[in-house]
Amino acid sequence: MTTIQSPAAPQTHQPPSLFSLIRAHAKAQVLEQLRIPIAVISSAIFPTMTFLFFILPQSSITEYPPAVLTALAQLAMFGVLSAFLFGYGIGVAEDRANPWTTYLRTLPLGPVPPTVGRAVTAMLFSFIALLPLFLLGALTTRAFEPFIDGTLEWWRIPVTIVTLLLAGLPFLFLGLMIGYLCTAKVAIAVVQVVFFPLSFVGGMLLPPMVFPDWLNVISLATPTRAARDLSVEVLTGAGLHASTIPVLLAWTLVFGALALWANRRDQGRRFR
Amino acid sequence: MTQTLTPRAETTHDVLAAFNNVTKTFGGHTALNAVNLDVFAGSAVGLLGPNGAGKSTLISLLTGLRKPDAGVVQLFGENPRRPSARHALGVTPQATAVPQTLKVREAVSLVATHFTHPVPPDELLERFGLTDMAGKQCGALSGGQQRRLLVAIALAGRPRLLVLDEPTTGLDVEAREALWEQLRIYRRDGGTLLITSHYLAEIEALANRIVVIDKGSITADGTPAEIRSHIQVRRVSLRAAPADLATLSNVLSASTDDDGVTTLTTRDADALVRELVEHHIPFNDLEVQRVSLEEAFLALTASHSGQQPNQSLRESR
Repeated sequence: MTTIQSPAAPQTHQPPSLFSLIRAHAKAQVLEQLRIPIAVISSAIFPTMTFLFFILPQSSITEYPPAVLTALAQLAMFGVLSAFLFGYGIGVAEDRANPWTTYLRTLPLGPVPPTVGRAVTAMLFSFIALLPLFLLGALTTRAFEPFIDGTLEWWRIPVTIVTLLLAGLPFLFLGLMIGYLCTAKVAIAVVQVVFFPLSFVGGMLLPPMVFPDWLNVISLATPTRAARDLSVEVLTGAGLHASTIPVLLAWTLVFGALALWANRRDQGRRFR
Repeated sequence: MTQTLTPRAETTHDVLAAFNNVTKTFGGHTALNAVNLDVFAGSAVGLLGPNGAGKSTLISLLTGLRKPDAGVVQLFGENPRRPSARHALGVTPQATAVPQTLKVREAVSLVATHFTHPVPPDELLERFGLTDMAGKQCGALSGGQQRRLLVAIALAGRPRLLVLDEPTTGLDVEAREALWEQLRIYRRDGGTLLITSHYLAEIEALANRIVVIDKGSITADGTPAEIRSHIQVRRVSLRAAPADLATLSNVLSASTDDDGVTTLTTRDADALVRELVEHHIPFNDLEVQRVSLEEAFLALTASHSGQQPNQSLRESR
């Protein structure tokens, strides 16, 4: 016997998926940033200006493609580091004092979607910042000649961009952790204190070849050095230390866990 | 079928929110002290208290923003810190909370994304008269429009429990009435409401149960009529030597004007007059007046925070 049933009312209403929540938060954050264009522009031109002032006048570098490429990869990583640390360390701290963010925390929403949404936004804007840097490098130096004459494979360029963003993840998490633990004013100070030694020891300001041995040992254990070496290797094929990948993964895990922990213990702004 | 803002009618006596012996301190300050409170489905609870009484702390615990130091808070039977507990909760953001650079429709859509059965954003904007503003950035709205947006946002997920923290502070009468109207529609459709205010009028207009909170404790809990009879305050004016009047025990507050007329507020005018006579205090021009609920409430909470209250307002319930 067959029972005739009206087709079950299609369940059009599904609880929102994690993906749709991440997308919604990333979209809102991108829109909010785009509507304050000066913030986008200033972070976008920072690595490019550094290149313009410090690399371009040195013809010993600009005439020698591997040196320019190394400088480009190093500066690009430096740009990603500063965008993630400053943007997210201070941005999150400011957001926690923002009543709209407080309101969003009353929604049926765990810590993952806004945090991943932030990461996506950070990567998008860092990506935008990389374009003028690489464009300037291509137009004013001999950096990209090896890609034209076939010494280096062309795929290294897009893969470098992806690598730069992924290698920046530990710094994003570090920024998030600082943002969740500190008030905005404290966060500015903490980020600056952390930023300079990290970028110096990581070989982003001076090439690590000039480091004495003892400093080089310390340098190799830092996330900044690992991120720098990885992006330089991907762009130029310079080769990796055995420690680079494990060091980078370990720092990513450590800072990721700390960021999640800091988010969980956060109860928003203290009042009274 | 007409779409309503609430998913279904509630069975009464479902407890949607429960506070069990909840204590919260900030530094050395006790914001809530062993509070017990149940919010039943279909009710409209008005949380009344002066600034700093603990209303906002109570709301922040219920909406999952903070953890209690002791005791248990439950929202739909779950810990409100868990996102899944908050599916049927609607909260109005604080007055200043609009995301300045997001457009009105973007803000509403962002919130709607979090719910299984959201009200379509355009329908919601229409209902709150915000359709014309949909493409404006939230920061460009007037104060009244922002308040309407914030209440609309709270209703976006068709909540079973709606929590409003000071929803109409600073609004003009017309804007306030318009908001109240939307809240009455929500109530008529079976929604449960928890509203805080230090305006008695607002609580009376919307709530069928009033909970008075002061210095971190619930000091009265009942229907508006019960609260009204409970916190009845009389004003007794007379001419007498202020030094004599200082000995009276039934007085909430006292003030003497330039003409020498002393005005006393009291919860029991009869007992006060009896006391005057028993103490052989010379007086004349005695007048007894009923005060408004607003004044009564102010007198009661003021006496609480000022000199020692002569008796606690606690109601056994």
